[in-house]
Amino acid sequence: MQLFTCPFCGPRDETEFHFGGESGNLRPDGTDVTADRWASYLYMRDNPKGAAREIWVHMNCGEFFVMERDTVNHKVETSIALDSAEHA
Amino acid sequence: MTRRYSALSLFKEGLAGQKGWEPAWRSPEPKKTYDAIVIGGGGHGLATAYYLAKNHGITNVALLEKGWIGGGNTGRNTTVVRSNYYYPESVAIYDLAHRLYEGLSADLNYNVMLSQRGMVFLAHSINEMEITARTVNAMQINGIDAEIFSVDDVRRVAPMLNFSPNARFPILGGGWQGRAGTARHDAVAWGYARGASRLGVDIIQNCEITDFIIEGGRCRGVHTTRGSIRADRIGMAVAGHSSVLAAKAGFRLPVNSYALQACVSEPVKPILDTVVLSPGTGVYVSQSDKGEIVIGGALDRIPSYGQRGNLPVLEGVIAGLLEMFPTFAQLKLMRQWAGIVDVVPDSSPIIGESPLPNLFINCGWGTGGFKAIPAGGTLLAHLLATGKHHDISRPFDLDRFAFGRLLDEAAGSGIAH
Repeated sequence: MQLFTCPFCGPRDETEFHFGGESGNLRPDGTDVTADRWASYLYMRDNPKGAAREIWVHMNCGEFFVMERDTVNHKVETSIALDSAEHA
Repeated sequence: MTRRYSALSLFKEGLAGQKGWEPAWRSPEPKKTYDAIVIGGGGHGLATAYYLAKNHGITNVALLEKGWIGGGNTGRNTTVVRSNYYYPESVAIYDLAHRLYEGLSADLNYNVMLSQRGMVFLAHSINEMEITARTVNAMQINGIDAEIFSVDDVRRVAPMLNFSPNARFPILGGGWQGRAGTARHDAVAWGYARGASRLGVDIIQNCEITDFIIEGGRCRGVHTTRGSIRADRIGMAVAGHSSVLAAKAGFRLPVNSYALQACVSEPVKPILDTVVLSPGTGVYVSQSDKGEIVIGGALDRIPSYGQRGNLPVLEGVIAGLLEMFPTFAQLKLMRQWAGIVDVVPDSSPIIGESPLPNLFINCGWGTGGFKAIPAGGTLLAHLLATGKHHDISRPFDLDRFAFGRLLDEAAGSGIAH
């Protein structure tokens, strides 16, 4: 069983967390957004092998945060509260 | 040298001390240029190479595999072959695969041990019975064999199931596809490799792609750990690693990579002669010819390239299995593993030319790639040979994400991936 660290609750069981998507995937703004740009936002992913920067939610406390981890060995580098991260 | 496999050749080789067998496929040094390159020596890549040679006469082909053939998801699945999908487009592609599987041993002269033992998908509530009826209706309308099973029918094919009225997931009945079954996964890879090699395809293992050769905005070949290899038509079928290669080619895919686990018990005497799937517990199970109970379940919940899997999902799968078959609590697990699968938002594959011209992709099969190998190979070979979609692959082009023409089989047939 792996422990993830919630910035608010500390180390908790991995089953309490839910993957929320890749960090930095910004919603397009404005009325003249192309279909390709929408598809890119909605569907296209970097899906990195190795170092990843992701949004996670701790389902018990409901907080979203940024987690930096390795997608091969699953080692977690940091968990950062969203208000102190540069962007979601 | 003995080339053709048959009872007679086995008998003759037995008399001759088994000295006349030749390797099933050649392992040549890579040439500098080919007419086509196929990246990925799993089932889909090997089938692509085979059908390029067989269906289209393109034999000057290199198949490049970074490890050994069949060592990825082709060797890590639960070997189930079925075509119980909902949308006509999906039925067309999966039934093409299913029908090719039915003739594959004869076509390849290699016994892939297809065992059409049937599959029952259980229903645990009135609502699930209604959804099952809808699925069975859709399958029948699309020309696929399917039946509604009463609880007595289920009891007839899988009497060891937990039929207790107090069960957490009581069995009310289910659906049945009699042509479904299992095939020997290694044999599928090796049979296609042997068939392709005989037709002239160079199967090159331990050859990892380090970059693409891009000239004039088109893909012209690949740089590999065994040197540069050029071709004007390149196909890739690398499942969970599709995003990694796409990044080298300069585009992104609607793919998330997850670990999908499976495990087998110690071998026991025959106890289960069908495939059983329970949407309620999320578990599917069959018994291998060796006697092992082969168990699969849901995806891991954490995006991953680690071919191991995490413990919570394995625990959930085993709990579901024991709910379905309480007697299996006596079994010991022998092996557990995971493959990295390419999960797409609409749970349907992606086949077509990539945003980099000359590079064609076959990916996005998620948790269901094994059953689709003959179709994935046929369709990618058609694209590489003609530059155009086969009618069956056109709906699965990458452009469906911008057009919004998704084929949502998670909603359609209730598959979990």
